[in-house]
Amino acid sequence: MAIRRKLIAGIASSLSIMLSGAVQAVAEMNMRPGVTETSIEAYELHMLVVWVMVAISFVVFGAMFYSFIFHRKSKHPTPATFSHSTKMEIIWTTIPVLILIYLTIPAVSLLIKMEDASDPEMSIQITGSQWKWHYKYMDQDIEFFSNLATPREQFEDFNADGQTKGENYLLEVDNEMVIPINTKVRFLVTAEDVIHSWWVPEIAVKKDAIPGFINETWTNIPTPGTYRGQCTELCGKDHGFMPIVVKAVSKENFAKWVASKDAERLAAEEAAAVAVAASWDLDKLMALGKTAYDAKCAMCHQVDGSGVAGAFPALKGSVIATGPVAAHMTMVVDGSTGGMQAFGKQLSDAELAAVITYERNAWGNNTGDTVTPADIQAFKAGN
Amino acid sequence: MSDHHPTGITRWLYTTNHKDIGSMYLWFSFIMFLIGGAMAMVIRAELYQPGLQFVQPEFFNQMTTMHGLIMVFGAVMPSMVGLANWLIPMMIGAPDMALPRMNNWSFWILPFAFTLLLSSFLMEGGAPNFGWTFYAPLSTTYGPPSTDFFILGVHMMGISSIMGAINVIVTVFNMRAPGMTLMKMPLFVWTWLITAFLLIMVMPVLAGTVTMMLTDRHFGTSFFDAAGGGDPVMFQHIFWFFGHPEVYIMILPAFGVVSEIIPAFSRKKLFGYSSMVYATASIALLSFIVWAHHMFAVGMPVAGELFFMIATMLIAVPTGVKVFNWVATMWQGSLTFETPMLFSIAFVILFTIGGFSGVMLAMAPVDFQYHDTYFVVAHFHYVLFPGAIFGTTAAVYYWLPKWTGKMYNETSGKIHFWLSMIFVNLTFFPMHFSGLAGMPRRIPDYNMMFADFNMWASIGAFGLGLTQVYFLVTIIMAIRGGKKADEKQWDGATGLEWDALPSPAPYHTFSTPPKVD
Amino acid sequence: MSTETEEKYESYYVPEQSPWPIVGAVALFFIAYGGANFIQQSTDTVDTGDASWGGLVFMAALAVMIYMVFRWWGDVIKESMDGLYSAQMDRSFKQGMLWFISSEVMFFAAFFGALLYVRQFVIPWLGGEGNNMMTHAIIWPEFAPQWPLTTTPDGTTTTGMGAWGLPAINTAILLTSSWTLTIAHHALKANNRQALLNYTSLTALLGIIFLALQVMEYHHAYTEMGLTLGSGIYGSTFFMLTGFHGFHVTLGTIFLIVLSIRCAKGHFTEKHHFAYEAGAWYWHFVDVVWLFLFIFVYLM
Ligand code: HEA
Ligand code: HEA
Ligand code: HEC
Ligand code: CUA
Ligand SMILES: [Cu+2]
Repeated sequence: MAIRRKLIAGIASSLSIMLSGAVQAVAEMNMRPGVTETSIEAYELHMLVVWVMVAISFVVFGAMFYSFIFHRKSKHPTPATFSHSTKMEIIWTTIPVLILIYLTIPAVSLLIKMEDASDPEMSIQITGSQWKWHYKYMDQDIEFFSNLATPREQFEDFNADGQTKGENYLLEVDNEMVIPINTKVRFLVTAEDVIHSWWVPEIAVKKDAIPGFINETWTNIPTPGTYRGQCTELCGKDHGFMPIVVKAVSKENFAKWVASKDAERLAAEEAAAVAVAASWDLDKLMALGKTAYDAKCAMCHQVDGSGVAGAFPALKGSVIATGPVAAHMTMVVDGSTGGMQAFGKQLSDAELAAVITYERNAWGNNTGDTVTPADIQAFKAGN
Repeated sequence: MSDHHPTGITRWLYTTNHKDIGSMYLWFSFIMFLIGGAMAMVIRAELYQPGLQFVQPEFFNQMTTMHGLIMVFGAVMPSMVGLANWLIPMMIGAPDMALPRMNNWSFWILPFAFTLLLSSFLMEGGAPNFGWTFYAPLSTTYGPPSTDFFILGVHMMGISSIMGAINVIVTVFNMRAPGMTLMKMPLFVWTWLITAFLLIMVMPVLAGTVTMMLTDRHFGTSFFDAAGGGDPVMFQHIFWFFGHPEVYIMILPAFGVVSEIIPAFSRKKLFGYSSMVYATASIALLSFIVWAHHMFAVGMPVAGELFFMIATMLIAVPTGVKVFNWVATMWQGSLTFETPMLFSIAFVILFTIGGFSGVMLAMAPVDFQYHDTYFVVAHFHYVLFPGAIFGTTAAVYYWLPKWTGKMYNETSGKIHFWLSMIFVNLTFFPMHFSGLAGMPRRIPDYNMMFADFNMWASIGAFGLGLTQVYFLVTIIMAIRGGKKADEKQWDGATGLEWDALPSPAPYHTFSTPPKVD
Repeated sequence: MSTETEEKYESYYVPEQSPWPIVGAVALFFIAYGGANFIQQSTDTVDTGDASWGGLVFMAALAVMIYMVFRWWGDVIKESMDGLYSAQMDRSFKQGMLWFISSEVMFFAAFFGALLYVRQFVIPWLGGEGNNMMTHAIIWPEFAPQWPLTTTPDGTTTTGMGAWGLPAINTAILLTSSWTLTIAHHALKANNRQALLNYTSLTALLGIIFLALQVMEYHHAYTEMGLTLGSGIYGSTFFMLTGFHGFHVTLGTIFLIVLSIRCAKGHFTEKHHFAYEAGAWYWHFVDVVWLFLFIFVYLM
């Protein structure tokens, strides 16, 4: 008796452990409900459809399996001879129509809500480019790039096993998008080069970034937190390495953040002025240049300047990197229609100068030229 | 006409015989299936665990792109044309296809088109890397040099498909035996007739799309460039106007195949023949007005999104009619489960599951969460692998005795089936979960939270790949040393090919038309 | 004996083996291979190094293709003249031609679709309509929507092509050619050989005149109006639509010339003239496409 009770208790408890494990697993397997009103509604609609589909499956597959069991030849040697029934055809046309109407109604109202970006309290322009995001706060004087922050060594070389991957491997950035909670934020999504798509699952916002057009979408996040997403439109080589991080903070903290960004900008402007005034020699430029190059350029032109055949030209021995300086500056600062981005705004004048100097002297491009931040300033002014 | 076989290599190069051409199509398709599958193996090996292990991102993108292109244009479409060539003349009592020389041309263009496409791996910059959907401007301004070879390769495939489709339509309209009225035709012929219309409607549009790409790349036009007044999204509209009907091009003939096989092994007439025909036609018609369901995230006006959402959901209705009719065919039949039947049953069940995820994708507000994730990848592999590929596989097992006069080994067939069934689900079911959990498609590396599902999918994929090699062995063994097949191998089979022809079917099918009443 | 049907089938003719399809496939392969290389190299948009074989390969393959077409169709003509073809075969050819023309219609539909989509949606959107207010405000503030699009969003300018000069004349020419061809067709059915030959050649001549005028129009556009393939979406749609049409007129004209020659040789009979009908249908198709072009490209 006691043993039996123990056994039952044991089975029950292990069952419940398994069950809770299963529930947890189910939670990881399923769509995340997210945090905004629309994301939760999308989740609910998703669950509704799932259950409707499960129900239909039971009926359809149930009938099939009934046939497999009871109408197999060994059990049911003489087949029936019917082969048509208008009544049945009408029934199984009508019922699906009704089910679909039932599903369409909530879908229509949610869709209309999701696409209504009117009356925003603030706007952020989101620009995708290969392979980073640029955020420009339209109402605050803030703009910055947001790059993948996971060190490339963690995935780039094949024997990166020694490298431990963090919890947010590939989902971390250097500059997060920060927005206030309980505020209707409108996103103006566009792209520089190819199509990208800005997706953050937990706020159920996914909008394609189309070059030459601006798509509007919005969110209103009620709870502070960090929400991660990725680019979801194939955009070339590093499409998988273009994460998005949105940090929702209280309105007070948002104001503080804006203030800190303002201070940062002032500091950067000062640093730029200092840099122009400072004396630069080749070694100093080369050192800064290598850092900037490896961070910003190597993903296309490769660390050793060899490029990727057919896609990104080699800089080692390239005509532009060894020819007149002006053309080189134009290429880096203003970009080209052939796929080279404009780095004029992504890098400081000092970095631009350094990176150009670096390219003109590294890998055997021994031109001996130096380009200083002052040259860059002059070049930009002349533009 | 005497039943003489031409011999030697010119038998195949110069042939005008629908059976030879059908066999070449089927073998070609199988080779492409293996090549495309080998690429899938590379994809799955890379995705087996987080981190980059085997290939660089550029090459990964080339693998994804070429896998999609080869499977769609090289494996599935030619396999369906191969079946059409073998079966349509036999089913309608015709001596051959209506335009036999053109038939040969349609086939022979294909190996060359794919040589062109595959040779791009050797070119500077590598093979196309912009996805099988080749969205502009990634494929125009940013495409590798091989893009132009890809474009002309697509033109060649298009020419081949259009000629193939013309041949089918003309054969069906003009070559039926006396008494074979349209509404007496086997359903496979019907589904192919409708597929052929779809091909004629959309392949030229694909040709137009790639032509615009070519001129945008080289001749300064601005179709897909806002700076000149064009629109990258217009590319997607034109592409999907082709692309959505294309998915039905891949599935309708398979519908036809199971509509032949299920009645045979249920020993009962197909239920609701005429509503099957009308349902197929409705699917085809609807397929022209749903294309933008692939584009819910591009920022269309809401009215457009609503229209395309509702139109797409409507397709579930005629497709449901087909599923219900198959179920009703089995209902109170006298069922046996030989290999073709097993594949057909798995087709109905797994295709329906893929159809259900299709309906989920059709709901625009939730599609924002599914779009371009592995949930979509799960959806389309469910309709394509256990759909189109299982359909063809079932057809091969079912008609092999008629084609070759030899029976395959039933045990091997069943092993092939069960392994396929297990591995196909192991490969593609977990993709629903990784998609819902937020894993985008077309990425070579991912966060740890997706690791488990990817590991399962990869294991399944390797099993699935080996299983298809086993299929090849089974078929070759059957052709080489299979038991002799009966004239009517399956007691429940119906149709002219079983009732009026010996096994193997003679080289020239009907020199005098059979009587159909 | 149910003569009708049995006769129809007994005379069914499955052509013997033929080398032309595979020759055609090989030719197509080299046309594509050489063509792609040639385009890359001649437009200087892709660095092909010193690979300059494209043009040669393309031309050689094209020559093989043309040779193939002549030999293949030569076989067909011969079989037809030998009376190997039944009425059923004739129907197969006719239906094949009709569906081929349908596929051509869809090819043009892609370009017409692009034109309509651009005019109905893209241009207004770039100008800020619909949900694209910000597109206009932020990216293209200077852009003024209009059609013909004489100033593109990035500021390229061009001139619109009017409808009432050469295009109207060309419309008249094509309409006339349709009419002359119909007369010729009736003449064929009435077995009036001389009228048949005259009117068929006249139609071909009208085709040539049409093409000559179109060349003049293009020349005028490129040299005097600044209207080129590169002048934004207006130039793109204009030249692609009229260009592909012109290409089809060229094919149709060649077809008509071949038919004229065959008429002169007395190839067609009142009942048995599939090739003639195919050529006529093709010509009418090209004609109808032109009418749409005239309306949507020039007039509206
Ligand atoms: C053979 C190929 C095939 C088939 C048959 C289908 C069938 C369907 N597909 Fe799928 N689809 C693809 C191949 C296919 N698809 C591919 C390749 C892609 C991705 C392309 C890419 O981006 O690379 C795709 C993508 C795709 C998307 C875009 C997703 C995205 O990118 O965000 C959508 C959205 O609507 C969709 C919907 C549907 C629907 C509604 C059907 C319907 O036809 C399904 C109908 C069937 C059923 C519903 C089951 C049976 C019905 C019943 C039992 C009746 C009762 C049911 C109800 C009342 C619901 N598909
Ligand atoms: C009918 C079409 C079809 C078929 C049958 C398949 C079959 C398979 N597909 Fe594919 N797939 C597509 C059509 C298809 N796919 C399309 C259209 C895409 C989208 C592409 C894009 O995003 O642009 C895609 C994308 C796609 C992805 C997403 C890639 C990405 O987003 O980055 C993945 C990932 O797992 C995948 C996996 C598989 C697997 C494991 C199989 C397996 O079923 C394959 C089974 C394996 C074999 C049949 C090969 C057996 C051979 C060997 C074992 C080696 C011997 C061979 C030689 C020596 C040559 N496919
Ligand atoms: C997203 C990929 C990408 C990144 C990142 C990138 N480039 Fe480039 N770069 C290109 C492409 C593509 C071209 C070819 C442009 C052309 O031919 O018009 C190019 C061309 C150049 C050239 C001209 C080379 C030649 O000989 O034609 C220079 C110099 C150059 N880049 C410098 C840089 C520097 C400096 C950086 C970083 C600050 C950088 N690039 C980052 C893609 C990139
Ligand atoms: Cu950016 Cu993908
Ligand atoms: Cu679709």
